[in-house]
Amino acid sequence: MDIQIENLTKVYGAQKAVDDISFNVKTGEVLGFLGPNGAGKTTTMKAITSFLAPNNGIIRIGNVSVFDDPDTTKSYIGYLPENNPLYPEMPVIDYLRFVAQLQGIPKDGIRDRILDMVKVCGLEGEKHKKIGELSKGYQQRVGLAQALIHDPEVLILDEPTSGLDPNQIVEIRELIKKIGREKTVILSSHILAEVEATCDRIMIINNGKIVADGTSEELRRRSQGREMLKVTIEDGERNEVYQALQSLASVEMVDFASDTKAAFEVQSKPEQSSRRAIFKLCIENDWYLTELTPVETKLEDVFRQLTMN
Amino acid sequence: MKKVWIIARRELSAFFDSLMAYIMLVLFLGFSGFFTWLYGSDIFFVGQASLQAFFSIAYWTLFFFIPALTMRLLAEEKRSGTIELLLTKPVNDWQVVVGKFFSTLILIAIALALTLPYYITVANIGNIDHGAVWTGYLGLLLMSASYISIGLFSSSISNNQIVGFLLALFIGIFFHIIFGVLAGNFTGVAGQIFNYLDLSTHFESISRGVIDTADLVYFLSIVFIGLILSESVLTKRNVVD
Repeated sequence: MDIQIENLTKVYGAQKAVDDISFNVKTGEVLGFLGPNGAGKTTTMKAITSFLAPNNGIIRIGNVSVFDDPDTTKSYIGYLPENNPLYPEMPVIDYLRFVAQLQGIPKDGIRDRILDMVKVCGLEGEKHKKIGELSKGYQQRVGLAQALIHDPEVLILDEPTSGLDPNQIVEIRELIKKIGREKTVILSSHILAEVEATCDRIMIINNGKIVADGTSEELRRRSQGREMLKVTIEDGERNEVYQALQSLASVEMVDFASDTKAAFEVQSKPEQSSRRAIFKLCIENDWYLTELTPVETKLEDVFRQLTMN
Repeated sequence: MKKVWIIARRELSAFFDSLMAYIMLVLFLGFSGFFTWLYGSDIFFVGQASLQAFFSIAYWTLFFFIPALTMRLLAEEKRSGTIELLLTKPVNDWQVVVGKFFSTLILIAIALALTLPYYITVANIGNIDHGAVWTGYLGLLLMSASYISIGLFSSSISNNQIVGFLLALFIGIFFHIIFGVLAGNFTGVAGQIFNYLDLSTHFESISRGVIDTADLVYFLSIVFIGLILSESVLTKRNVVD
C-alpha cells in the first residue's frame, strides 16, 4: 500500500516543525527517516497516523485520505510511537488481546494472532508477566508485537531498536526487512548504521525540510562528487613522490596522510580517476605501490554535512 | 459501540488490576455501612423502614470517591503517552472518552449493587417504600454519572492526576453545595437559576420517589456537557515534538 504525502506543514507556535514536505513511499519499500532531534521526523509520523492534524497538506494511504477516513487508514497502519508507551499494569497477553480487539480482528482469530506475535517477537517466556515487570528490551518487543498484530499493510516505527541489546537489534532488523518485502515500512532512527542496514531508501530531514532522499550509495556519491584515494608509495623520496603525484593531470590535490610516512591522500578532479596514472607513475619511477584504496564517504559525514548549519 | 465497550472493559480491568477498585469498594461499603447502621442518625434512629439514611451518606461518599477514580483516566494516559497508542488505533476521541466514562459508571454500579443487602435487610424489618428505594438508587447513579463526567473533563485538562482530582472536587462542590447556598441567598430569577443548578434539589426529588423529566434532563445535560468538553480538550492536542 503506497503512502503519498503532499505539502505537509505543521506549525507549533512560531516554529515550523514540518515545512512543506512531499514524498511517496511505495509498497515493498523500507524508508528510513534520518535527522537530528527536532527535525520533524516524529511530527511527520504522528501526522501519518492521524494523531496530529497538520496545518496544511494531504496524506493518502492507498488512495484513502487520512483526514477523510481516519478509521480506515488507522486500521492499515501498525505504529510504534517514540518511547514505546505501554500500560505497565497489564499482562502482555491481555494487552495484545486489547489491541487486537481494537483493530477489529475477528474473535476466533485473535488467539492465533496473539500466539503468532508472541512467537515472532520472542515473548514466549514473558507472556503472562505484567508489562511493567519486563526489561526495556522486552517492552520494546511488546510494542512491536502490538504494532504487527493485525498484519498491517503499513508499518511506522519511531526508533524501533532503542533499548535493545545487539542480538535483539539484529533480530528486529531481520524482522523489519522481512516485513518490508511485501509491506510499506517507514522507520526513524538516530543510528546511521541501522538505517543503512535495513532501509532501501534514506531520507534526511533537517529543520522540517527534506535535505536528501535516495539509497545510501546515492547519498554517498552525491555528497562525495569526486574520487578520493589513499595511496602508499614506498622506496621513493617523500617530497619527490609528492611532487610527482601533484603533477599528474587528473589530480586536484595531494595531502600527506598522517598515519604512515609513505602515505598520501589524493583527490582527483571532478569526474576523473587517477588510479591508472598513479600506477603508471610508480612503474616509471620504480617505486613500490603498496596501497591504493578509494576512501568512501561515510553516511555519518553525509549526515553531518547536510544537517550542520 | 463495540469499540466503546472494548475500551470500557480494559479500563475496568485496570481499576481491578491496580487495586483501586477494591480499595474504593471496601471504603465505600465501610463508610456507608458504618453511618447507615451504626453511627449518628442511623436507620434504627429514624423509626421507619427507609433507606434515606444510606442515600444521604452515599450522596457524600460518592462525591469524594468519584474524583479519586476519575483523576487518572485521561491524565495518566497523557502523561505516559499511551493516549497516542490508543488514538492511533481505529477509534476516535469520542469513543475513548465515552468508554472511560462507562468503565467508571460500571464500577459505581457494582459498588451500589453490593449495598443491595441493606435494602433486603430493611425490607425484612418493616414496610419499606420499594419505589422510593429504586428511584433512590437511580438518583445515586445519575449523580455519579454527572460527577464522573465532570471528573473526566478535569482529568483531560492536564497530565497531572492531582490537578484532575482537585479540579473535579472544585467543580463538583459548586453543584453539591454552593449553588444550593446561593439559591437560598438570592430571590427572583437568580434564585431560581441557582436552585435549578443545585444538584441536591434534583437528587432529593428523585430519591423521594418522583421521577421528573426535568431532573433527568438536568443530570443527562451535565453528563453530555462533561463528555463533549473532555472530547474537545482531547481533540485540541498539542503534542510537542
